[in-house]
Amino acid sequence: MTDSILEVTDLSVEFATYGGRVKAVRGVSFDVKAGETLAIVGESGCGKSVTVQSLMGIIPMPPGEITGGVAKLNGKDILGLTSKEANEFRGVKIGMIFQDPMTSLNPTMTIGDQIAETLMVHRGMGKKDAFDRAVELLDKTKISEAAKRAKQYPFEFSGGMLQRAMIAQSLACNPSLLIADEPTTALDVTIQAQILELMSELQRTENMSIILITHDLAVVARMADRVAVMYAGQIVESGTVDEIFYESAHPYTLGLRAAMPSNKTTREKKLTPILGSPPDLFHPPTGCGYFARCPYAMKSCEKMLPPECLLTAESNHQSRCWLQHPDAPEVQELFQPARTQEEAPDAG
Amino acid sequence: MLVKTENLKKHFQIGRGQNLHAVDGLSIEIAENEILGLVGESGSGKSTFGKTLIGLHPATSGKAYYKGEELPQRFTAADHLKYSRELQMIFQDPYSSLNPRMTVLDIVGEGISIQGQHTQSQVKELVAEWLIKVGLNADHMSRYPHEFSGGQRQRIGIARAMIIEPRFVVCDEPISALDVSVQAQVINLLDELKRSMGLTMLFIAHDLSMVRYVSDRMAVMYLGTLVEMGPSDQVFFEPQHPYTKLLIESNPEPDPRLERERGFVPIQGEITSPVNVGAGCRFADRCPSMSEQCQRETPPITQIASDHVVSCHLFS
Repeated sequence: MTDSILEVTDLSVEFATYGGRVKAVRGVSFDVKAGETLAIVGESGCGKSVTVQSLMGIIPMPPGEITGGVAKLNGKDILGLTSKEANEFRGVKIGMIFQDPMTSLNPTMTIGDQIAETLMVHRGMGKKDAFDRAVELLDKTKISEAAKRAKQYPFEFSGGMLQRAMIAQSLACNPSLLIADEPTTALDVTIQAQILELMSELQRTENMSIILITHDLAVVARMADRVAVMYAGQIVESGTVDEIFYESAHPYTLGLRAAMPSNKTTREKKLTPILGSPPDLFHPPTGCGYFARCPYAMKSCEKMLPPECLLTAESNHQSRCWLQHPDAPEVQELFQPARTQEEAPDAG
Repeated sequence: MLVKTENLKKHFQIGRGQNLHAVDGLSIEIAENEILGLVGESGSGKSTFGKTLIGLHPATSGKAYYKGEELPQRFTAADHLKYSRELQMIFQDPYSSLNPRMTVLDIVGEGISIQGQHTQSQVKELVAEWLIKVGLNADHMSRYPHEFSGGQRQRIGIARAMIIEPRFVVCDEPISALDVSVQAQVINLLDELKRSMGLTMLFIAHDLSMVRYVSDRMAVMYLGTLVEMGPSDQVFFEPQHPYTKLLIESNPEPDPRLERERGFVPIQGEITSPVNVGAGCRFADRCPSMSEQCQRETPPITQIASDHVVSCHLFS
């Protein structure tokens, strides 16, 4: 694929702990095309943050270790970099914003100085020029009175303003890719709407690609072009946003959707929770990770890991489920009444 | 009405002449067996209201009633003992609301032990029974909170509140720290308990879709004041107050087609400081339909339908 700016193939990440090795990411492959937004969705502990942090090279190693896979940004490998090389590309080619801007910014430096520092280090700008540019960037992220605000410290900013400042900082070196790790989870819906709007606008004007990490399907619906659903360290389903929402294939994606109140559901209709809990990644299952909670699980799912199955010839909609394997019998009808699923075996 | 407040206020002194108006004159009523949802941005005073209502904060002024009986402005130890039998709370953060040095048995059983009507072995039996009711195992009672996941901890918090068999429970963002799949488990559990125990609830949350799903009526707060209150579906689908409208428009839906069609104009600005607020509508500086009157006069609460009130000059 020539128009992909980032290609990740079979990425695996493990952490050595006293309790053993946690297999946090288990063979993840995806690509990001120029100018698009890829959303990676999943619950806490599914490996979505670890995936992008390993791309940025910000996983502490040890205990972390990238045990396999390749990641190429514009054709250049980014996993095997020395720390000096990593410092040159991190924040320059890829910008990143985090869930908690309060702890991600330095409380002892003014906002303007922090953004200016990025420019001084990566662009070799002088202090004065860098600060002026920082003010411009704050202005671009719609912080009012940017010149005055740049001289203030993080504690003087609200949560939404800090997230804007983080975005300004991540844009400093015009990255071609912005990774946003739960950028609005800590914010109110009204501020979330502002930040999401700002991100889409900057994406258009700066021509950036975005990887959006989130657990909120509503945010995905609003922002994403394509979606990858992660579960237990693997991508279980991927496709365009419409395919994921309107032609959901993997039982986990269906389960997630049934667990949320849609604004059409009346109160009489019960939410359908996904019973049980995710598998223990110290000893990940050999078969499908979702086996223990899946209402459609078959005997073969327990021992054999399903491959990523292409669902249609025309598109790139994939699902990692035996039910969608080309050799599987036609089971489409089974999925229609997904909301009335009875009971999943408990993970115990 | 099981629970009722009249012009309830809670101000915090935060320094010389600095008065934080967290809750600034809230009057609500909750009928027996009803769930009232309370929504608003962070800093709007929802949690403070819940806590003041059941005596965890002393009220600054105003009145709160339970079963027609006026609750004391400042709870004494004896009041706590008396009212905790009937009024309970489930907290937002399942991590900081459970004492890490206590076992689950001590945490869940503490309330009924203090009430002193059960022997030690009865307490143990009841704890076991409740752990099962909330979907945990009876043998979990000898464990400590750190051995549980977020969803399990929230269940422990629910068991702790419910074991007393209260009549009225304040649920302060009981699901916002949980994953989607687990949220549904906890909501269904609360729903079941509500039905089986005939509970009345104040359900505080910022997830509008979930509040609409859970509650019979919905109240919207902004900077310590009530902005709009009415039947959930009415408030959600036909919001009247400019703030409610903007809040609901900001709420994304898990439906890409709907999101693409949405003509999106996010609300401008941020919630202002609740310190030393003056007269006038609290929402005036962010309101698209602000008039000169809004800056001078506090809008009265206006009834626009039998069970639907709005606090806005557009309706008065």
